[in-house]
Amino acid sequence: MEAFKEHVGLVVPLDRINVDTDQIIPKQFLKRIERTGFGEFLFYDWRYLENGDPNPDFVLNHPRYAGASILIAGVNFGCGSSREHAPWALQQYGFKAILAPSFADIFRNNCYKNGILPISLPANIITSLGQEAHKTEGYRLMVDLEDQSVVCPDGTVHTFEIGDFEKYCLLNGLDEIGWTLQYETDITAYENRGH
Amino acid sequence: MQKTMYEKIWDAHLVRSSDDEVPILYIDTHLVHEVTSPQAFEGLRLNNRKVRRPDLTFATMDHNVPTTDRSLPIKDLIAAKQMETLAQNCAEFDIPLYDINSPEQGIVHVIGPELGITQPGKTIVCGDSHTSTHGALGALAFGIGTSEIEHVLATQCLLQHKSETFEIRVDGTLPYGVTAKDIILSIIGHIGIDGGNGAVIEYTGSAIRALSIEERMTVCNMSIEAGARAGMIAPDDSTYEYIAGRRFAPKNEAFDDAAEQWKQLPTDDGAEYDRTLILDAADIAPQVTWGTNPGMVTDVTGQVPDPAEMTSSDEKQATKHALEYMDLKPGTPMTDIIVDRVFIGSCTNSRISDLRAAAEVVKGRKVADTVNAMVVPGSQAVKRQAEAEGLHDIFRSAGFEWREAGCSMCLGMNPDTLSPGQRCASTSNRNFEGRQGKGGRTHLVSPQMAAATAVTGHFVDIREFSS
Ligand code: SF4
Repeated sequence: MEAFKEHVGLVVPLDRINVDTDQIIPKQFLKRIERTGFGEFLFYDWRYLENGDPNPDFVLNHPRYAGASILIAGVNFGCGSSREHAPWALQQYGFKAILAPSFADIFRNNCYKNGILPISLPANIITSLGQEAHKTEGYRLMVDLEDQSVVCPDGTVHTFEIGDFEKYCLLNGLDEIGWTLQYETDITAYENRGH
Repeated sequence: MQKTMYEKIWDAHLVRSSDDEVPILYIDTHLVHEVTSPQAFEGLRLNNRKVRRPDLTFATMDHNVPTTDRSLPIKDLIAAKQMETLAQNCAEFDIPLYDINSPEQGIVHVIGPELGITQPGKTIVCGDSHTSTHGALGALAFGIGTSEIEHVLATQCLLQHKSETFEIRVDGTLPYGVTAKDIILSIIGHIGIDGGNGAVIEYTGSAIRALSIEERMTVCNMSIEAGARAGMIAPDDSTYEYIAGRRFAPKNEAFDDAAEQWKQLPTDDGAEYDRTLILDAADIAPQVTWGTNPGMVTDVTGQVPDPAEMTSSDEKQATKHALEYMDLKPGTPMTDIIVDRVFIGSCTNSRISDLRAAAEVVKGRKVADTVNAMVVPGSQAVKRQAEAEGLHDIFRSAGFEWREAGCSMCLGMNPDTLSPGQRCASTSNRNFEGRQGKGGRTHLVSPQMAAATAVTGHFVDIREFSS
């Protein structure tokens, strides 16, 4: 897995709550058997018009947000289907971190496994960061995982929570399967207990 | 110490746990389907890893499969490739597969219980969020992503944090015409689509006890639509009766031994949940969704809401968006909404009792001229049973299409989709934008309500329809 330590990037605000994984990556793109090639289909139905042209109204298509790598969204981001294609699409598009007041459970897990950092911050802070991003062209944030902080251009620091193990995995780009396999004797012992 | 059912199952499956490590949880059953697994098998190959317990792994094809004549070649070559890949992976790693031509094929959450694979007290995972369905039999069952599928294939374990427990108690007797689907939709309406985020919900109370096992599956199935990690219902005599005699169920004495163990599972008196919500079954009416997530729901006697009446600005905006997408005006009575399509199927409502209930409504009636309606049984076994009972004739002579088993228009990965702008009454679980086809508009309802809607061409209050 890709490691995550710190990241400075352009911020794009997606002013929607309850963004579900069907929107992040619609089902017609789930037929691929590879782990790659999903970035171009991210938010497909919002991003493209009927004729396949980019939808000029969709925020990711505004030229000022080209190259954005930090996404700001509303509550319960990533709800719905367990498809890991959603974080794959976000990551392959170029997103490194997602900031929202809350995330859906499975989606958050899936992000960790792919080197994307989901950051929950109080709704009022998310709202004000989103407003800044709208107001200030080229608005960038710094995310520091070691310190568990988001640093604004004016120096304001917002700290966030993350589980110790998740932090450790991300910082080290840990192979979680390898981690579990070091306890193979425990697994075998469990199986032999007659379960 | 008194424990909840979740805590009992959790404790019994800990391979390793200490204060400063994430617990390692053993997985008893791993269900696999074609869409979320190819990259996991590929990961195994890249790292030279094997499947630890192919004997605890079961695979089927459901999401992609066409529901038309199975003797014809599959037209969608990419979908065919994905199915072929699953077959190759199962052959390579020695995993039993119920493929498209198997008499046992069906939606993974329908065939698990049907084959007796789903049992009380088990930990069950699948790369699909509706794995919560299996909790209806007293299992701890939840959906996982592809990286975790690979993890379970390689280790038969998962690194898991313990969840909060959330009791939702539904007391009393369900009024006439109100179904399990209406219970769960109204719960989601109450607590919101993130109201159970990350929690394990245990459904309790006399109204839940009175449900059949298939109805309990409908309730547990949609736990994820409230954001919950899992939903579960304590096993009881109905559960044991349901399991007995199924293919993978323990037999004879082994069954009695297992049943003794299962009887230990229900939550102890006095055990505490982190949260409890109590609802009265008598207050629940038939439900219809009006928006673009399952929490946007109201009584069939209700109306499309007005964004202006929403309290928060986020909600106002979300409602406005939803109504634009759904092409609905505030204040419209739900029963005035006209549909183009009706879909009876999905892992929420495609079991034999669902089809019987829908057939009962349809019997001797005709689908409205303006409506195209289809029934997609959840599994080949459900289809056979329905045909043995003559349900297919009832549906067909009413003008419904009668299809082969699969997920079908629940998510429209196969050719069964809505066209842009089409409106559908659907017994599935998600009314997200584009879920059933780009630009398609989905209203979630019970099988009875879907059947009645097919006949009249608009939503109707099933309580008045049948009388
Ligand atoms: S029927 Fe629908 S919700 Fe159920 S497993 Fe299939 S696609 Fe998922």
